[in-house]
Amino acid sequence: MSQYVVGRIQEKFGAAVLSTHASQGDDTVVIERGVLLDLLFFLRDDAELAFNLPIDLTVVDWYRLRELRFEVVYHLLSTSKRHRIRIKVPLDEDDLKLDSSFPVWPGLDWFEREAWDLYGVTFEGHPNHKRILMWEGFEGHPLRKDYPINQRQPMTALLGEKA
Amino acid sequence: MGLESQLAGTFVGTRFSDALNWARKYSLFQYPFVTACCGMEFMSTACSHYDISRFGAEIPRFSPRQADLLIVVGTVSHKLAPVLRKVYDQMCDPKWVVAFGACASSGGFYDNYCTVQGIDTLIPVDVYIPGCPPRPEQVLDALMMLQEKIQAEPLEKQA
Repeated sequence: MSQYVVGRIQEKFGAAVLSTHASQGDDTVVIERGVLLDLLFFLRDDAELAFNLPIDLTVVDWYRLRELRFEVVYHLLSTSKRHRIRIKVPLDEDDLKLDSSFPVWPGLDWFEREAWDLYGVTFEGHPNHKRILMWEGFEGHPLRKDYPINQRQPMTALLGEKA
Repeated sequence: MGLESQLAGTFVGTRFSDALNWARKYSLFQYPFVTACCGMEFMSTACSHYDISRFGAEIPRFSPRQADLLIVVGTVSHKLAPVLRKVYDQMCDPKWVVAFGACASSGGFYDNYCTVQGIDTLIPVDVYIPGCPPRPEQVLDALMMLQEKIQAEPLEKQA
């Protein structure tokens, strides 16, 4: 169904498309970081694509499994054309930043804050780039695979400790 | 203040203590600090099938200043910990705390970066209820255990 979408993306961003695949009927396009915003605007504004609903934005941590450790994943849906697409952007751990997709879909605001909070991905141009789930002063990004599993950072002093 | 310490251990003191504790244990005003799924079991306990009012703990108070029994029902995250501490501090003495369910008692299976590993790391707890979630019978059992504990409190502590 969304092979058509994959074709359109390859046609327009051919050089920046790293790979494509389909799993369980869901088509995925892996792209370079630089064209992300252009691609998202294209997907939203093209009359035949009309992706008007961002379903999800999340991050995968391929710790010790891949050279580019992180992968930011977008799930998009077009409610009028009834097709879906998944966009993946591989990122290097040392250069973990991406253009904010807030200008395309303001609804991704909190998703990006969550991705920053739990994985440490910086979204450049985000209007309110701060933690959303963990508290201010929390150190590290707890959903990373190398976050120590037993590390606790209590927000208040516990009983028996000095306040 | 002085009277209790002088009466402690005497016949009058122990009779007075018994009467006071009897009144206290059958008039517990609860503050349900409900954060998670255990709340459904708490509601079940409070409603007419199990009817917690048979034990004198009839009315939930949604202001800590009017309550003397804090029931912490469900998972408490580190972000919520200051709130729980503040609610406890706002309650007037005498006050008691029940940890309702596995999460409140020990963190449960949330052995992770964000969950308080048992509310007894934050506030003193009188009775723990195990279970995920506990059945209403267990809650009533815990309430009766708490009543036994209240009945046994010596006069010096009530000063």
